[in-house]
Amino acid sequence: MEISNLDSIPGKAITRHLGLVQGSTVRSKHVGKDIFAGLKNIVGGELKAYTELLNESRAEATERMLAQARAVGANAVVNVRFATSNIASGAAEVMAYGTAVVVQ
Amino acid sequence: MELIIQFGVIAFLLLLGLVFGRAAEQRHFRELKQKELILREVLVFSEKHPPADQEFRSANLVVGSVVIAEDYFKRIAASLKSLVGGRLTAYESLMDRGRREAIIRMKQAAREAGASMIFNVRIETARLSESDSNRQALFAAEFIAYGTALVPATRP
Repeated sequence: MEISNLDSIPGKAITRHLGLVQGSTVRSKHVGKDIFAGLKNIVGGELKAYTELLNESRAEATERMLAQARAVGANAVVNVRFATSNIASGAAEVMAYGTAVVVQ
Repeated sequence: MELIIQFGVIAFLLLLGLVFGRAAEQRHFRELKQKELILREVLVFSEKHPPADQEFRSANLVVGSVVIAEDYFKRIAASLKSLVGGRLTAYESLMDRGRREAIIRMKQAAREAGASMIFNVRIETARLSESDSNRQALFAAEFIAYGTALVPATRP
C-alpha cells in the first residue's frame, strides 16, 4: 500500500479510481498528563505528551483510512489530507482522507 | 492582605515564565538552527508535480508535528499588547518555533526513508485548548507539516 499526497504515485499509472476513503479518531489524554501540561503552561515550550497523543491519533486515523482502502480493493491512496479539530474540552479529532486508487 | 498574596503569586508566575520561558526559547532557536543545517540536503517544495525527467523508487507520506504552549509571561504580555493592538511579538516567535520544528521533524522522517525531496508540503495549525470556563485555560497550538517524500531511483 502506497500513500502520497500528490495527485498520483510518481512513475506509476493510475488504472482505477475507487473514490474517497477516510479514517478518523477522537482522543483525549488522561488526567495525569493533563495536569502536567497545565504546569508546563507556566514556562511554555513543547508539550511532549500532547505531541505524542496526536501522533498516535494520526497513525490510527491513517490506519483506518488504509483499512477502508484495502476493503475496496485499492493498492494506493493519493491526495491524502490531514485535519485536526478541537471538538470538546480536552478532546481532539484527527482525520485523514484521500482517494483510493489502483496503480500498476 | 489577600490581595497582596494574589499579586505576589501572579508576579512569581510572571517571573518564572520570563526566566525559564525565555531560556527555553533561546535554546530551542539554537537547536532549530543546528538541525536545519544538518537537514539542508532534504529539499522541500510546495509544488505538486515532481520533475518528470527524474525517476523515483518510491513515494511515502511523511509527517512532522509538534504541540507548543505559551508561557505565563507571554500570555500576560500579549494580552496587554492587544489592548493597543499591533504586532504581538510574543506569539510570533511561538508560531515560528512550532512551524520550524514541525518541518524539521518531517524532514527527519523523510531522511530516514532515504528520500531526497519532499513534494506538496502542507503546513497546518490547529488550536488546542481547554474549556473557556476554566480561568487557567491552556493555550497550545499544534503544528503539522506533511508531504510526499520521494526516494530517488539511483542514490546521488
